[in-house]
Amino acid sequence: MKILLRAGESRWLAPAAVLGAVVLTLLLTAGPIRLAGANPVAAYQRYTINPLTTPGGIGDVLLAATPLLFTGLAVAVAFRVGYFNIGAEGQFLAGAIAATIPGLYLPGLPAVLALPLAAASGALGGLIWGFLPAFLKRRAHIDEVVTTLLLNPVALLLVQGLLNGPWRNSETGFPDSDRYGAGYTLPTLAEGSRVHWGFVIGLALVVVVFVVMSFTPLGLRLRAAGQSPGAARFSGIRVTTLQFRSALVSGALAGLGGAVQVLGVQHQLTASISNGYGYTGVVVATLGALTAGGVLLVSLLLGDIAVGAQNASIALQLPTQMGAIVSSTLLLAVVALLAARRYRVVLRRPFVRRRSTAERKDA
Amino acid sequence: MDFPLLAVLAATLTIATPLVWAALGALINERAGILNLGIEGTMYAGAFVGFLTAVTTGNPYLGLGTAVVAGLAAGALMGLLTVTLGVNQHVAGIGTTLLLVAACDFTNRLLFATGTQQAAASFERWFPGLGVLAQYPMTFVAFLVLAPVLWWVLRSTGFGLRLHAVGENPEAADAAGIPVARTRYAALMLGSALMAVGGSFLTLSLLGSFTLDIVSGRGWICIALVIFGRWKVWPVVAGALLFGFTDALQLQLAITPMFSGVPNELLIAFPYLVVIAALAVWGRKVRYPGAYLTPYRRA
Repeated sequence: MKILLRAGESRWLAPAAVLGAVVLTLLLTAGPIRLAGANPVAAYQRYTINPLTTPGGIGDVLLAATPLLFTGLAVAVAFRVGYFNIGAEGQFLAGAIAATIPGLYLPGLPAVLALPLAAASGALGGLIWGFLPAFLKRRAHIDEVVTTLLLNPVALLLVQGLLNGPWRNSETGFPDSDRYGAGYTLPTLAEGSRVHWGFVIGLALVVVVFVVMSFTPLGLRLRAAGQSPGAARFSGIRVTTLQFRSALVSGALAGLGGAVQVLGVQHQLTASISNGYGYTGVVVATLGALTAGGVLLVSLLLGDIAVGAQNASIALQLPTQMGAIVSSTLLLAVVALLAARRYRVVLRRPFVRRRSTAERKDA
Repeated sequence: MDFPLLAVLAATLTIATPLVWAALGALINERAGILNLGIEGTMYAGAFVGFLTAVTTGNPYLGLGTAVVAGLAAGALMGLLTVTLGVNQHVAGIGTTLLLVAACDFTNRLLFATGTQQAAASFERWFPGLGVLAQYPMTFVAFLVLAPVLWWVLRSTGFGLRLHAVGENPEAADAAGIPVARTRYAALMLGSALMAVGGSFLTLSLLGSFTLDIVSGRGWICIALVIFGRWKVWPVVAGALLFGFTDALQLQLAITPMFSGVPNELLIAFPYLVVIAALAVWGRKVRYPGAYLTPYRRA
């Protein structure tokens, strides 16, 4: 048996690889689920199918998918032009902080003014948080991966510092902010549901990103800059400028996500506002192949798994972290098997061109 | 106000220790051309696995040993993804970190669901009462053994030069008969083992127990230190000491009455900001390894 490089990839291989990755993920995660004393099949049913069987469950899935839509889009927009923004976590938190400012200091505003103001403030907060790495990358060629990563813990510390200091809850004394003014509540989509208009804003942004990427000259330049920066530069596209602007848009998207989360769900700033949404955004964007439609699908899938993980922790005593294990295993399995498409397995040595070193695997 | 300089210097060495281990591990990875963003998760796994073993066996040396094994496994996973399959290194690394952190938290929750965390058997400080020299064994090993030996290995041994070759120009290395994939696997596994040792320092020496988010971004600091130190052993150690000093300073200021008005979180964030500032000043125009971020396949 021999493993050889393929000449070309056939069409059916990509879906087959994704399907294989799903099966591989199920097999790999069955062990820990058994270890926790639960039945893997029952657990997978809870993770994927159960949340979708009730209207309330579907609502929870949409609610859980909402922050991932924003962070996923943020990461996709940046990665697509070759700017590796891994700071969506910090930008999300910065957006939540910035949206809190009007919520606490201008509590009397009516919703017509309050919501756009808080949303714009959140987007600006995320943009500001993403500005420094983007600026350093553009001016001094400093690797954005490191600077965006380093600013994530700093943003969390800023949230904690504000909550332990000036924004400590004035009634309970707990490290949560006071609740915002009444105008700062994003309305829910339906009576009795917790799904709020933030999901619709996220959907609209998915459409905008899709249209810009697929049907505009700007989108073409962005894709060219990401796929082949050398060729793009040669044909007159200003790659570094595009990367800089995409980085700012990416930060603004993540920041808007943070604003939407505080306005739609918490109505106050808490230290656990993010729950790793920024890092999960990297998973969402990658599994979604850095496309808007893909981000939407994967956000819904991971939202489904997150809700399922909550259910399973109650019904099967399976720790919620299992949801994160499933999604990160799925990420690694998908990227690994998509990369493995390059190879084919041959059971016997090829007869005609034996000893051809070019075909031997470079292992 | 008399400033307790000796206490700050002693704390500097202690705080810098896990960073020296992990940053030198990252340096080995990057010399071979691989940016290992799995570092945060690898440190986390080293901290947790080491703690778990020390709790169950009562022996911190066994904890250290299992942390090394966990590091080797994490390195092998990164190798499978980035060397054999050629997956995007950013994605592979973040995915590895997310997986390892989730797996450790899951196991932690299963075993210690009641919340009664035990204290692990941990290393004792050597030379207690000798001021700056009252340090944990792994601190002495880091500065007096690991750094000089690694410096020597990287510049004067066949392995060190092969590492450099596959990181700078894998085509030329391959033509010269150096097994590129095997060398990169070796670099990843060795480097990840060092990262895991760095993580285990937090549980086995510093705290004697495990808490969630115990690594809290130290891995990212190490990635920055390697760039800051331009992929050279002694500058990276110096960077770790700089971070250790700012962190020790912030801990000292936090208990100094004069600074009691400054929010604690601002002080904790200070070293991170110093690292970013140091990158902004000294990180310009650095020359990355030639094959940084690029998988190698024969044409």
